[in-house]
Amino acid sequence: MAEQGREVYAIECREITKAFGQVVANDKINLNVKYGEILALLGENGSGKTTLMNMLSGIYHPDSGQIFIKGREVKINSPVDAMKLGIGMIHQHFKLVDAFRAMDNIVLGTPGRKEKSRDMSEKIRKTGEAYGLEIEPEKYVSEMSVSEKQTVEILKVLYKGAEILILDEPTAVLTPQETDRLFAILRKMKEKGCAIIIITHKLQEVLSISDRVTILRKGKSIETVDTSLCDAKKLTELMVGRPVSLKIERPKVPDPETIFKVVDLTVRKPDNSKAIDDISFEIRRGEILGVAGVAGSGQKELCEAIAGLLHAEKGAILFHKENILGKTPSEIIEKGVSMSFVPEDRLGMGLVASMGMTDNMLLKSYQKGKGPFIQRRPARELAQRLIDKLDIVTPGTETPVRLLSGGNVQKVLLGREIESSPSVLITAYPVRGLDINSSYTVYDLLNEQKKKNVAVMYIGEDLDVLLELSDRIMVLCHGKITGIVDAAKTTKEEIGMMMTGEKHGGLS
Amino acid sequence: MDMLIKFLVAAVGAGTPLLFGTTGEILTEKTGHLNLGVEGMMSIGACIGFMVGYYSDNFVLALCFAALSGAFSALIYAFLTVTLMANQNVTGLTLTIFGIGFANFIGIFVLNKSPEGTLKLPEKITAAMRGIHIQGVSDLPVVGELLFSYSPFVYIGIFIAIVSAYYLNHTKAGLGLKAVGENPGAADAAGIKVTRVKYLNIILGGAICGIGGVYCSMIINGGVWISDNVGGLGWIAVALVIFANWQPSMAILGSFVFGALRVLKYYIPQSIFPFPIAFYDMLPFLMTALVLVISSMRKSSRINLPASLGLNYYREER
Amino acid sequence: MSNTAENLRKEPLLRVVKRAELPTGKIILLRLLAVLLSLIAGGIFIACVGQNPFVIYMTIISGACRSVMAFQGTIKLMIPLLITSLGVTLAFKMKFWNIGAEGQIIFGATCATFFALFFSGLNHVLLILIMFLSGFIGGGLWGLIPAVFKVKYNTNETLFTLMLNYIALHIVSYLRDGPWMDPGSQGFPKIARFDKNASLDKLFGIQFGWLIALILVVLVFLYLKYAKQGYEISVVGESQDTARYAGMNVKKIVLRTMFLSGGICGLAGMIQATGSDITLTTSVAGGVGFTAIIIAWLAQLNPFAILLVSFLFSVLEKGSSVVQSNFGLSTDCADVLQGIILFFILGCEFFIRYRFLFREGNHGTDTVKKEKEG
Repeated sequence: MAEQGREVYAIECREITKAFGQVVANDKINLNVKYGEILALLGENGSGKTTLMNMLSGIYHPDSGQIFIKGREVKINSPVDAMKLGIGMIHQHFKLVDAFRAMDNIVLGTPGRKEKSRDMSEKIRKTGEAYGLEIEPEKYVSEMSVSEKQTVEILKVLYKGAEILILDEPTAVLTPQETDRLFAILRKMKEKGCAIIIITHKLQEVLSISDRVTILRKGKSIETVDTSLCDAKKLTELMVGRPVSLKIERPKVPDPETIFKVVDLTVRKPDNSKAIDDISFEIRRGEILGVAGVAGSGQKELCEAIAGLLHAEKGAILFHKENILGKTPSEIIEKGVSMSFVPEDRLGMGLVASMGMTDNMLLKSYQKGKGPFIQRRPARELAQRLIDKLDIVTPGTETPVRLLSGGNVQKVLLGREIESSPSVLITAYPVRGLDINSSYTVYDLLNEQKKKNVAVMYIGEDLDVLLELSDRIMVLCHGKITGIVDAAKTTKEEIGMMMTGEKHGGLS
Repeated sequence: MDMLIKFLVAAVGAGTPLLFGTTGEILTEKTGHLNLGVEGMMSIGACIGFMVGYYSDNFVLALCFAALSGAFSALIYAFLTVTLMANQNVTGLTLTIFGIGFANFIGIFVLNKSPEGTLKLPEKITAAMRGIHIQGVSDLPVVGELLFSYSPFVYIGIFIAIVSAYYLNHTKAGLGLKAVGENPGAADAAGIKVTRVKYLNIILGGAICGIGGVYCSMIINGGVWISDNVGGLGWIAVALVIFANWQPSMAILGSFVFGALRVLKYYIPQSIFPFPIAFYDMLPFLMTALVLVISSMRKSSRINLPASLGLNYYREER
Repeated sequence: MSNTAENLRKEPLLRVVKRAELPTGKIILLRLLAVLLSLIAGGIFIACVGQNPFVIYMTIISGACRSVMAFQGTIKLMIPLLITSLGVTLAFKMKFWNIGAEGQIIFGATCATFFALFFSGLNHVLLILIMFLSGFIGGGLWGLIPAVFKVKYNTNETLFTLMLNYIALHIVSYLRDGPWMDPGSQGFPKIARFDKNASLDKLFGIQFGWLIALILVVLVFLYLKYAKQGYEISVVGESQDTARYAGMNVKKIVLRTMFLSGGICGLAGMIQATGSDITLTTSVAGGVGFTAIIIAWLAQLNPFAILLVSFLFSVLEKGSSVVQSNFGLSTDCADVLQGIILFFILGCEFFIRYRFLFREGNHGTDTVKKEKEG
């Protein structure tokens, strides 16, 4: 089908369509990449980037459309097919077996007999060296850091001879420094003639690494442009479909009274290692304290210790000068300590996925009211109020929340917590998986709380957002605080250095 | 001393059906599927194997059919849980209820047709199942009896366990199998045919369980058919998987230890341990419960429990 | 173009896609279809053993309902099934795999038997009350054991409850062979028949356990749907993390629910022993604990559906005993048919959530898509 004389693309997609149930995730998408080129695939969460890439790697099957590799039409029915065609995918959530060593993961699925450990290890190390990748083949994945795991992922596809690399949000879990290192590797691979697609929603990265950008919006491919002819503003407009101001409001609120204080807190993980190592900080009324850090630096444990879910070894958590450490979650709720915790795993922790909004409203308040029976009417009314106030799109108050979109689920959760008019609000990754509009709704909600004199803790992963939204930023590294800085006066690089513990920031 | 040797020999015999059940279930669980139907698969294997043996008087044929019927019943389980993604617990339980019912039903059905009123295996096949005798070797004192005097089943069982251990730990297919049980998404992305691996190993596991079943029907009661002849051994086998830490080599040890518990009542002098018989009958189950508790208390990181055990895999899950 | 053939492979013959939520009517229809298919499959099985499936099915139905006495027999079978199903439902709702109902039935019955044997002189109403209570507590404690280890060490409850079945069974056989052996049986190991004072009264010709079962249906329904504790069970069953986040004491809930679950099963044991068997035997549970799991699952843990399904299963069991006497097929036939029915229902759940897509040409998909757009 490829026309003669035209340049042969490494990958060319024509009119790819894929639907999940009633949701059309990809609608007639066109995309192409050449060898020796880095293409950025830009789009918001839910715009269909990952779906498209999963079709190229054989995880999903397109409902219709054509895929050409090196100018020949192909059908990619499984990851094996993709591999044979030289396509290697590095997933956002690493596809690694934790209980295996790095090399077992790398040789997994390759043909031939199982080799001796030493030979295997040597071969893998050599492949790595060719691309400047360092790796310990004998190390168990469960003992690796995030960036090490990513190296294994990359090596896995290179070892299998991939020439077309697809990276799905590879920088989401990396520090700025690690990101630079990854980009250096990608440039080297590009020089060696690989075709690379990098999926992202971070504009700065698009501008710094890619040659061309294809923009997806709501499952459609909007446009493909040369990166050199673009700037961040234009890309955003293309991505969102209308001009948006990228500024997040940061209202200043007086009354810097400290309402919440963590003193010398130490928390251990089940394996007895320290998740939180002797940290102290405070949150004031009417401020947003941003928390930055590489994933797994103790954010989760910090939240759970505050909410009374995790036993702390040492220290105190003072709310209104009263120590709430050691109290059970229900005591914390019962005592009238209106502290709301929006956990990171929304459907796994904050909400009951199979229940409707009404029953989810009851989650923290079902004990109220006399007698052994539950009072559902107030909850139903509350649910209805939230639907109206926050424009939650749902067929009804009894529809299971798992059927709602990510943005709406987050609104249900945040809405419920805010309705209990807390004086401390703790949120972990509240915009994870949301599109830009929903994200901004969340930022607005948080700012609204801030204006109501609520002390807000915001654990985030996007440093640009943290810098704009927070008043102060606390950086965690391996369970320790490496700095608490004024958000208006710091830089991304400085925070990045603190995230890896290379630098310690001043306290403010 | 003589008593001790007799006891050990009896323990090996009583542990053999457990060995088959445990090895079969290890292969199954390594795919990430917890098949609670071991008792049922063993029952079906027991029934079909026995009937084929009864009519054909051919040991090898009986063995093959026991394995085949075990494999077929595992296929039902695999189809329901792998392809149709049904709840593994309920499917396994159903397979057990179905299997026991089926075996008893067919047993009584054939029994009613038999002129003697009992079902007893014919002479040739009984002879084939008897303990082996190798001239010279088996006659050695102690060693001969302890190592070279068993029914062929025992050697088949140990052989299967050793081969399974090699398969799991030293082959690429075994690596793929473990990957499927740990993280099917990762295995899939690495190009392993997850569904195929699951089917193959679940069916293989079922076949091994089927052989364990036919041991119950053909040997334990001296070649006479009785109802419920598996009698809970399948359940102990499921628990032994935990005891064996998902390693076939450990299954050999575990099975024989539990075999010893089962025959203890015949060998322990009543004068020294005056426990009621019911206590000895209860012992294997009590010990299994104890093993469950102890292994759950032991919080070691080297537990080989497949990480995705009990979870079905759907590739396009979003 | 030499290896085009390799790359231009066709789509797989069959693939699985998620479907949009089906309306309730369609779901029920699908399940009924599955039951129908399972009856056909069961019919094939019956035909294989040389009987006419229609005749057998008809015999089962008529056998269970042909006379007042037969119907009473059916209800008698139904009482323990219904109560036990309700018991395991509580645990299952919490995703606690209590397959130890057998043991809980046996132990509940054993505790009640203690009073029936040794306190038979008490006032009848008082004695029966004590026996109810002891049956409930006995079963409850038997259910509590695995729950304690579950919350403390996360011990696998499926296998643990199962082992407890056998342990309970051997306790009874110990009592039967030793301390509780009927002195009047001349050495034959059995437990004496209960005094009339220690056996349940009859209502409409059947022991009044059926009334208790019906009351329990309503109670369990109200408990699960409207009580705070019922709400807690649902949340814990869905996600323990969420429950903890909501301030629930998960351990307490697990223990309490398992006590109730085991207690209700123990009640079934007590009613079976004092109402139907009028003695304690090793077969007091007789597989009811396992059948109850199937019933609870088939009924989707809905108490009223459990009432219906357990009635149908009792018809099946009662009917197959008639089939046994008329056609010489063993009553195990009922187990086989139950298994087949559940296999089909389990399979059918798939079609409620997913569907298969068969391979079709690009042309075909395009038309389908256009229809959707239009």
